[in-house]
Amino acid sequence: MTYFADVAALARKDILLELRSRDTLPAMLLFVVSALVVFHFSLPSDASVTASTGLLWIALLFTALLGLGRAFTAEREQRVLDGLVLAPCDRSAIWLAKSLGVLVFLGVAEAVALPAYALFFGPVGWELVAAVLLADLGLAAVGTLLAAMAAASRARELLLPLLFLPLVIPVVVGGVGATVVDDPGRYLGFLALYDLIFAILSWASFEYVVAE
Amino acid sequence: MTTSEKYVTAAYLVVLAVVLLYVILYSFKLSRLEREVAELTELAQRRRAA
Amino acid sequence: MSLRNNQAVLLATAASVLLVAGLALALFWAPEDADQGFSQRIFYVHVPIALTAYACFGWAAWKALRLLWTREPRYDLESYTAVHMGVIFGILTLVTGSIWAKISWGVWWTWSERQLTLFLVLFLFYCAYFMLRFSVESGPRRANLSAVYALFGVALIPVSFLAIRLAENFIHPVVFTRDGPQMSGSMFLVFCVCLAAMLGLFASLYTNELTGKRLDARLRELREAVE
Repeated sequence: MTYFADVAALARKDILLELRSRDTLPAMLLFVVSALVVFHFSLPSDASVTASTGLLWIALLFTALLGLGRAFTAEREQRVLDGLVLAPCDRSAIWLAKSLGVLVFLGVAEAVALPAYALFFGPVGWELVAAVLLADLGLAAVGTLLAAMAAASRARELLLPLLFLPLVIPVVVGGVGATVVDDPGRYLGFLALYDLIFAILSWASFEYVVAE
Repeated sequence: MTTSEKYVTAAYLVVLAVVLLYVILYSFKLSRLEREVAELTELAQRRRAA
Repeated sequence: MSLRNNQAVLLATAASVLLVAGLALALFWAPEDADQGFSQRIFYVHVPIALTAYACFGWAAWKALRLLWTREPRYDLESYTAVHMGVIFGILTLVTGSIWAKISWGVWWTWSERQLTLFLVLFLFYCAYFMLRFSVESGPRRANLSAVYALFGVALIPVSFLAIRLAENFIHPVVFTRDGPQMSGSMFLVFCVCLAAMLGLFASLYTNELTGKRLDARLRELREAVE
């Protein structure tokens, strides 16, 4: 049970830090709304629902990237990551805590993005919300691991999108599919499968990513 | 040769070209390795003489 | 040492024989396909190369797993070399696939060809592998990161394939059909020879590449010892 206590403590630390410094979350919110406005101008007038849905998912992906890029900067700047790694907690607890933090941020961003989308483009159905929630799990899981990898490299912010985008193509397929197809069950199921596979993989391999 | 025959031949030739390119690049690498071994042998001999 | 060298020579010879035999069989002996005619013969290069690329990535993932398991540094080099080979075969898959698309449908690229799309995604993924390696200092850290990434790649293959299949339901359904491989016996034989040839090519190139990289590392050590 100390495992989950560790996770809770770490996650709470991240969220409290963000509440105090208020740099990442407002940026994500502003970014996603700006992106949606830009998309309005980049879509031709007879664009289909599929096109605007696709653009929403792209906006969500890049908003996630924005948040993830900051996920480990605080630790790296304060050299806290080494301390965390030496702490008597399972390394994978760090991953779980970080992912939960990212999940919360993504959730808040989407709480703003989806109403904005409904305002600018078209109605938001339950399938879109369900798909977004499921996708968040996968994006947070995979993104946290990749952010840790990028943080260990010299290229950092440059590297994260390169690592992230190929891996999350299935999430985009699942998300857009669930929104536009008549029978979203298969796509939601696929998103759940993605989440399961990559969450387990990320959880198991995180300790190798942060180990020296 | 018909068009399709040309394309098929092109595909086979591309494979051949890539493999041969690999061989060429590898021979560069080998000559570099040879040079390094010569350098190091000289360095070691100088070290031993000193 | 000489035993390892003999193995390399043997592999290279076997690969060369199989390659020449396979290509000769494919061009001259294999029966002409009723529907597609001569152009079907690309299949004998394209599909074996694609399968070999998958084998490369699978091999890389296996070596990555061994690295994380045993922490022996030699597995890092072996995994990296396998990914390198996989990307080369991947490029070849994309090029031969593109030529095949040109023959069959007159376009150099089509999203409706699932294998091709999958390879594009994998190609992007493994190119990022190199970016990752280049931006981390060499050492156990880089080895671990590369190994984890290689494992993710292998998990990505089936998931991506599933995604691409699902995507066809809402993405621009281009109606391109191609008959599946209803191969006759002799066609299958030629295919197997070509597959063995490509795998042999991989094995041979891999062994040589690995030897070269190990020599590089040893020379670096030697230089540090002597200077």
